[in-house]
Amino acid sequence: MIRLLARDLRLAVRAGGGFGLALAFFLIVCVLIPFGVGPSSGILGQIAPGVLWVGALLACLLSLDRIFATDHEDGSLELLATAPLPLEALTLTKAAAHWLTTGLPLTLAAPILALLLNLPMPAYGTLILSLALGTPALSMIGAFGAALTVGLKRGGLLLSLLVLPLYIPTLIFGADAVRRAAEGQGATTPLMLLALITLGSLAILPFAGAAALRMNLR
Amino acid sequence: MSFWEYANPRKFMATTDRLLKPVFVLAALCLGTGLIWGFFFTPDDFKQGSTVKIIYLHVPSAMMAINVWAMMLITSLVWLIRRHHVSALAAKAAAPIGATMTLMALFTGAVWGQPMWGTWWEWDPRLTSFLILFLFYLGYMALWASVENPDTAADLTSVLCLVGSVFAILSRYAVNFWNQGLHQGASLSLDKEENVADVFWLPLVVCIAGFVLLFVALVLLRTRTEIRLRRIGALEMKERLA
Repeated sequence: MIRLLARDLRLAVRAGGGFGLALAFFLIVCVLIPFGVGPSSGILGQIAPGVLWVGALLACLLSLDRIFATDHEDGSLELLATAPLPLEALTLTKAAAHWLTTGLPLTLAAPILALLLNLPMPAYGTLILSLALGTPALSMIGAFGAALTVGLKRGGLLLSLLVLPLYIPTLIFGADAVRRAAEGQGATTPLMLLALITLGSLAILPFAGAAALRMNLR
Repeated sequence: MSFWEYANPRKFMATTDRLLKPVFVLAALCLGTGLIWGFFFTPDDFKQGSTVKIIYLHVPSAMMAINVWAMMLITSLVWLIRRHHVSALAAKAAAPIGATMTLMALFTGAVWGQPMWGTWWEWDPRLTSFLILFLFYLGYMALWASVENPDTAADLTSVLCLVGSVFAILSRYAVNFWNQGLHQGASLSLDKEENVADVFWLPLVVCIAGFVLLFVALVLLRTRTEIRLRRIGALEMKERLA
């Protein structure tokens, strides 16, 4: 598992596997929003929690189809499937690699972009915490979606149609936590619900993803 | 007599061949009676006027929208566990009907909401969760359409249906958390004091029965079509090999 994780990370960094791409996309979304709604800092500060969360979510989506597709194309997915490592562990590892290359950088970059969007000061800690808690769920759900669509020709578009509705609860709780913190309310409840979604996804979706992989590889 | 013998396509076709017409007739009867009764022979509501009559389309379609998904969940489970092809095809046949019902509930809701709430659309928890349900239906149908091997397609959509159900329920309660509602609570429960008045309730129940029967008839019809399509595919394959 660890060796597979290291391999995926190395591939992502060296082969231009979307490591910087997601971050750049996140940056562009956050730069585009002020052009769309106007530069008034009051409005920007108000919508910043939602914009940051939606931006992170879309940036995550961007690199999802690479989770299994590249391995499927060159045949290494078949090799991995016949390896002694169970497919459930494979799915989990792939999701972890995806999180380390997109979710984690997004979390770390979010405060800087929040500065651009004039997010109120007290919300910064909650922003980082909510993204750190929520993005693993995004990666895990995405890995499940990628497993469903791995053998398809037009997989990318379909993948976003399948995965985005599944992202809704995560988005609701994540953005709500930051909004509450920005308004000076306690954000513990949405944060705990966010953690619940992440833990639930990590517990259930590796099995669903592995089942989908097995069906696709049969 | 076991329920499972209908998993045999031939048995299923023979039985549904006999069932189809009566169910269609019953559905037409119930819908006709319920709608005409509801539209012309019930009084106007004292606050809402005649707009209340949209309830006879809105409530049954909304109920069906949810229950069709539940039926798809059950047939998907049957396919995953016992691998009966008819079951998977029934789930496939039900999805577009469910999507139509969801759209219909949303549309009639908008038409009703405009005079009553003064808005076509409001980000109310119930409205929002129906929109999300509609997205789930779309994703489900898109996955069916894009996988070529029918067995793989049935497998993948079944798994999506299971995971989707979990997330649909999760979304249902998450949107409650996210915004306060404008929509009224349940008013058809059997155990509640405050329900819809009997004059409206009776034709409504007839309408709901009509919608259920119509759904059953359409699902049977569409499943039969799917089975025939499968047979044509098999025949063509045989011809090509010969």
